Amino acid sequence: MSAGMILTLGLAFWLGAWALNVAIAGSRAGRSGLGRAFVPLLFGFTLLVLWEAASRAGLVEPVVLPAPTAIAARIAVSTDILWADFVQTVLKGALSGFLIGTGAAMVTAVICDRVPFLRAGLLPIGNFVAALPIIGLAPILVMWFGFGWQSKAAVVVAMVFFPMLVNVVAGLAASERMQRDLMATWGASYWQSLWKLRLPAAMPFVFNGLKIAASLALIGAIVAEYFGSPVVGMGFRISTAAGVLNLELVWAEIAVAALSGSAFYGLIALIEKGVTFWHPSQRN
Amino acid sequence: MKRALPVLAVLLGIIVMWYLATVWMNSAWVYDQAAREGRTVTLAELIPATMAQDRPLLPPPHQVAAKLWEGLTAQAVTSKRSLVYHGFITFRGTMFGFALGIVLGVGLALAIVRFRVMDLSVMPWAIISQTVPIVAIAPMILAVSNKVGIDGREVPKAIIAAYLSFFPVLVSMVKGLRAPDQMQLDLLKTWGASEMQTFRKLRLPASMPYFFASLKVAVAAALVGTIVGELPTGAVEGLGARMLIGSQYGEPLITWAALFASAMLAGLLIVAVTGLERLANAKMGVRA
Repeated sequence: MSAGMILTLGLAFWLGAWALNVAIAGSRAGRSGLGRAFVPLLFGFTLLVLWEAASRAGLVEPVVLPAPTAIAARIAVSTDILWADFVQTVLKGALSGFLIGTGAAMVTAVICDRVPFLRAGLLPIGNFVAALPIIGLAPILVMWFGFGWQSKAAVVVAMVFFPMLVNVVAGLAASERMQRDLMATWGASYWQSLWKLRLPAAMPFVFNGLKIAASLALIGAIVAEYFGSPVVGMGFRISTAAGVLNLELVWAEIAVAALSGSAFYGLIALIEKGVTFWHPSQRN
Repeated sequence: MKRALPVLAVLLGIIVMWYLATVWMNSAWVYDQAAREGRTVTLAELIPATMAQDRPLLPPPHQVAAKLWEGLTAQAVTSKRSLVYHGFITFRGTMFGFALGIVLGVGLALAIVRFRVMDLSVMPWAIISQTVPIVAIAPMILAVSNKVGIDGREVPKAIIAAYLSFFPVLVSMVKGLRAPDQMQLDLLKTWGASEMQTFRKLRLPASMPYFFASLKVAVAAALVGTIVGELPTGAVEGLGARMLIGSQYGEPLITWAALFASAMLAGLLIVAVTGLERLANAKMGVRA
């Protein structure tokens, strides 16, 4: 096929998909669950088709932006590399740092809750630090903890701690005065009240913090690898492959990073749905 | 004063802990040196020796402060050694990305609120875009923009910063533009207001508090994006590049000074945006 024909086909597909989406969005199907899932999927698929068409028609050089099918082929042949990088970066670096960092933030938040003086002091600082480019600590932490996954986990801990802390502290204050008084009239101890009322009431905030931390964790683990890593890992692979313009491999890694980031986020959202089923935002 | 006291106490605690950690982390090097020269170190000798190393594992706060002060004031602000110069490069990148992010966020929000099909198709992808680790794409954006002949790093940096900062603006603007309730919308309808008039006189003013609240988050995100854009692969200018240079040449003090300079820049940006928010709110009659 000629370049012009491919482009025309791509554009025709785009227009058709658009018209279909507009029709669905305007109709009653757009309000159902199926329609809500179908429209964004078709939109995403259309972008891929346009990308493929532009690439095949020679609008963009394959060296600059390889076609989606070329990337998919690359993923298929290099699953072992991708898996090894996934284990190194996501499972060892990001996940362990995520668990340590958010766990430490939970414990610190409860301590802050017990000691109001500490909360009054730590909360403004935490709010400020949560807005700082903590990622800059990466070179220092790599120097301290070496090139292995431990330094990546340390960067992740540093990145997720304060955003999580701020959210949990806010959450522990979320229960209402009346509810706390009720617990007091029942003679509940501090820990009983914390366990049965205030921690459950804090859950929407906790999950909000976990969601923020989930995206930060992957960023931290990948960036830390730019400062030194063993010869495995997503950040390592991306920076070396981008250096020699092996962009198909880079895009394959990006696809894995995007998928694992979205899956991680989706998993937390799913757990949230089960835990905070009582919250107004979860009820339709 | 009553609110400042706990903050000061916690800060003091952090500094004390930092000094203790300095002694602990840098002592290994002192013991090493002493062992090599065949002498022993007493505690009184150890502590000063951990405070004044050229390449400490963890520099004490006063060493970082001295380096930061030197970087800010010891040379002309146009010098390549000046942190003011590098800070300005990062600031400029942040502002480009911030502006781009605002335009993108507001534009998408307008389209999403106006067209139901945009709401259905774009919004889920906007959320997914933030779960994708942008830094994975950063070296890629740099390599590609080099390849297509964009010189320098301004454009890729701005793209990365905009990618991180458009999202808070988008979410808040969608919420803000939908903030007017049915009663208000009905009232404008009884007055026969056109869609454009409803937008200009009701929806837009109603969205402004949301807009300014989101700017604080967006500007911090833009700064992070800019620094991330400066980090990988051979940048020479900007605070991110200073951090990288410090790490590559084994000069931890440079990294620490750049880190604190970027914290100061973040503080200034947030204060500036907060001031802007207050001004806008006061002008529009929002009660604090």
